[in-house]
Amino acid sequence: MQLYDMPDERGHFGQFGGSFVAETLVEALDELRVMYEKYRYDPEFLAEYAYDLKHFVGRPSPIYHAERLSDKIGGAQIYLKREDLNHTGAHKVNNTIGQALLAKRMGKPRVIAETGAGQHGVATATIAARLGLECVVYMGSEDVKRQAPNVFRMKLLGATVVPVESGSKTLKDALNEAMRDWVTNISNTFYIIGTVAGPHPYPMMVRDFQTVIGIEAKEQMKEMIGRQPDAVVACVGGGSNAMGIFHPYIDVPNVRLIGVEAAGDGIETGRHAAPLTATKNSAVGVLHGNRTYLMQDADGNIIDTHSVSAGLDYPGVGPEHAWLKDIERAEYVGITDDEAMAAFHNLCRTEGIIPALETSHALAHAEKMAKTMRKDEIILVNLSGRGDKDINTVAKLANITL
Amino acid sequence: MSRIKKTFAILKANNKKALIPYIIAGDPHPKFTVDLMHTMVENGADIIELGVPFSDPMADGPVIQRASERALVHKVGLRKVLSLVKEFRVKDNCTPVVLMGYANPIEAMGFGTFTTAAKGAGVDGVLTVDYPPEESEDFIAELNKNDMDCIFLLSPTTEAKRIDLVAKQATGFLYYVSLKGVTGSANLDVDEVKARVAEIRKQTDLPIGVGFGVKDAATAKSVAAFADAVVVGSRTVLTVEQSSEETLMSNIGTLIQELRTAID
Repeated sequence: MQLYDMPDERGHFGQFGGSFVAETLVEALDELRVMYEKYRYDPEFLAEYAYDLKHFVGRPSPIYHAERLSDKIGGAQIYLKREDLNHTGAHKVNNTIGQALLAKRMGKPRVIAETGAGQHGVATATIAARLGLECVVYMGSEDVKRQAPNVFRMKLLGATVVPVESGSKTLKDALNEAMRDWVTNISNTFYIIGTVAGPHPYPMMVRDFQTVIGIEAKEQMKEMIGRQPDAVVACVGGGSNAMGIFHPYIDVPNVRLIGVEAAGDGIETGRHAAPLTATKNSAVGVLHGNRTYLMQDADGNIIDTHSVSAGLDYPGVGPEHAWLKDIERAEYVGITDDEAMAAFHNLCRTEGIIPALETSHALAHAEKMAKTMRKDEIILVNLSGRGDKDINTVAKLANITL
Repeated sequence: MSRIKKTFAILKANNKKALIPYIIAGDPHPKFTVDLMHTMVENGADIIELGVPFSDPMADGPVIQRASERALVHKVGLRKVLSLVKEFRVKDNCTPVVLMGYANPIEAMGFGTFTTAAKGAGVDGVLTVDYPPEESEDFIAELNKNDMDCIFLLSPTTEAKRIDLVAKQATGFLYYVSLKGVTGSANLDVDEVKARVAEIRKQTDLPIGVGFGVKDAATAKSVAAFADAVVVGSRTVLTVEQSSEETLMSNIGTLIQELRTAID
């Protein structure tokens, strides 16, 4: 069997990925590519990264058998990969530590980041504080409002949070603004992208730093139940937590990989953020440095997306997911706001775990699947983040005053 | 001979430099675009750079982004932009028109459909900000097939080896981005730009335009001393933004005249 070996040297996953950037960014990306190649397999770099993951993040994150939830559903057994237990409360920190260590080696004293839900911003601010780097985080002004606790956390950690007022005032606009900062301050600044999108080498590099999730999961599942799960389920906005857990499983036969997008008010309403699942208003195009599936109108302008979860509210998706969909190695489905909210409450009350709203999309789909499966079958859900940051959103939806 | 090549040849014979103003098609309303183009030509523009509105103009500063948003309110997409160029061609069949924009509107239309339609409308060149030469072989081939020029950017950080690669793929002229940043973000350093342009000239015979930081007539004048063309983007777009419907044409006319006088 030929082992999965993507992307090619210029960052292409079939027709997807690549490096579609203005000339002003080309040299900076070349520098990054060369430096990443230099350190990617460097034992010293990897040892430093592993040390931080263990002692600063608290890895390995455990896998937990959600027995009460599984019993309640009455089908397949649901296991949770507990990325919510990482320092800062989500998988994002796996990647920010990797990139920040690289920034340090490249002699860049300033890091910038874009953030949607704020998890990537917090994870960047955290590692910047620890390494003594200046940190600026761009965040859509809409997201600043709906993710207030994370904005405060970033500020506590010494980061400057810049609300972005342009466009739809969400994640994609934050990314545009971060790119603009980067072109302007290219000599002293490292751009820490939070998801498996952007120009090469970002989709590959972010994936590499996140694969620790899947690598651990494979060992842990073997230890716990002596075999691998029948299905791995993860939510997909840009898709970094999903790529992290999927990637080590791509070459493992008979493990279904399922990415769950935000169907918002429902795919049929057009108010969603599900470019891989939707057939209307979604097509292959170029945005933020890579070719992928994008939510767009007939003129090729990016359309406003909607999701209850800020972290999934993105019109594109990482190019490797687009590739895995086209080669039919992974499946992609949509879960609505309401379905995600139900799964959120269900996990809180059945298992004593408050999941992030992003993660709740993966949980909702796992519940749906479990019902149709046998009791001895296994679903592994990547519990990508904890839900403390979402309490304001949840309270508002339930008409509760905090 | 293409309109762009011809324009540069005539200018050179007269010892003059090209003035290339930029506006966003459809800003502030599509009904003004064709008249604005004619007004710019009447007042001394040699080539018109017409911006294609895009929802996510990552390489542009706030001035051009706002203009893009104003045009998108009126649903001015790439097809509409081409129809505006066609309308412009009714009265003006010699001023070159270069479209400047982002990849996705072209991707959405498809290379083949776009290039055929653009040629039919009377477009002379295309500058796509996020199509570097490495990612646009098929697109360049389509443009070449239709005798349209493919214009590329060079930046302050572009290394010599890469200048060579870009210059080999480019036709029409090369566009040197005079500063590290987005459009209209700062004032350019004339001496630094001059030195860079001299370096680029060693590697290409194509005319070299300079833009991204030309904010006034004085800067235009100093850039024209060593470049073949001066591109004035954000300054022109800002004038559009600050004008009322009544003053729009006269304000743009005055600005272009000032720039023309300065560079001659």
